[in-house]
Amino acid sequence: MRIIVSLIAGCVFGLGLTLSDMVDPERVLGFLDIAGGAWDPTLAFVMGGAMLPMIAAWIAASRLGRPALAASFPGRPASGIDLKLTGGAALFGAGWGLVGFCPGPALAATTLGGWPVWVFVAAMLAGMGLFSVLPARQTPLTSASRA
Amino acid sequence: MNFVLNDALWGLAGGLLIGLSAALLLLANGRIAGISGIVGALVSLKPGPLPAENIAFIAGLVAMPALYSMLAGAPDIGVTGNVGALIAGGLMVGLGTRLGGGCTSGHGVCGMSRLSPRSIAATLTFMAVAALVVTAVRTYLGL
Repeated sequence: MRIIVSLIAGCVFGLGLTLSDMVDPERVLGFLDIAGGAWDPTLAFVMGGAMLPMIAAWIAASRLGRPALAASFPGRPASGIDLKLTGGAALFGAGWGLVGFCPGPALAATTLGGWPVWVFVAAMLAGMGLFSVLPARQTPLTSASRA
Repeated sequence: MNFVLNDALWGLAGGLLIGLSAALLLLANGRIAGISGIVGALVSLKPGPLPAENIAFIAGLVAMPALYSMLAGAPDIGVTGNVGALIAGGLMVGLGTRLGGGCTSGHGVCGMSRLSPRSIAATLTFMAVAALVVTAVRTYLGL
């Protein structure tokens, strides 16, 4: 049942990315280009729209005690705001600013944008694979996250 | 500013769908809709079973836009043809999101809506750096 829920969630997520035009790097770069003179606020509307159901969901989660199909809700991460978090975020941001793709939109655009998307996705998967073989302490950041 | 009401409204609508998807994943499966984590769990070079739920989510994520294209026409998207940028950008996004423990969906949508200090810090960081990079590339390198 959880697999079916994941499939449905993925479909709705992919539809949301498409309708909001987040699959278009030009749209995203237009938001990030704050100094360019033609600032495009669309991404802010997307982020704002996405946060509304999630705020409600977290409030509901705190009252429900456990999810419908699983044993528990996600706990808080063990680590705080450390160099791994901020350094990783900075690295991600740099890559995002170079092309205008982050993981979700890149995958959603696989069938939409031709070979450039495939090159980006392949490189992204390689970067993730590289992370998996870096020597690191086992923390919630390094363990696999399930959908 | 390049504000087009139609684009903003579609952005809001799409965003609501993204949020509903994440809410479903949380309340039903108890999982965070963080795409970097969902994908990252599948591309680990360490041996282990592949979580079926992650595969199902990614399948829907990839297939739905294709279905949409067949029904409503393919959206016109602009991706750079600069192979160096694509490879460098992809590597940085892949490694960075895993190191940082999330991306725009994990930290931005799911973490910030929970008022997670880590997610707020991460989101502010990747937004600021991304904006800096775009400014540098467009304004100073003229690309």
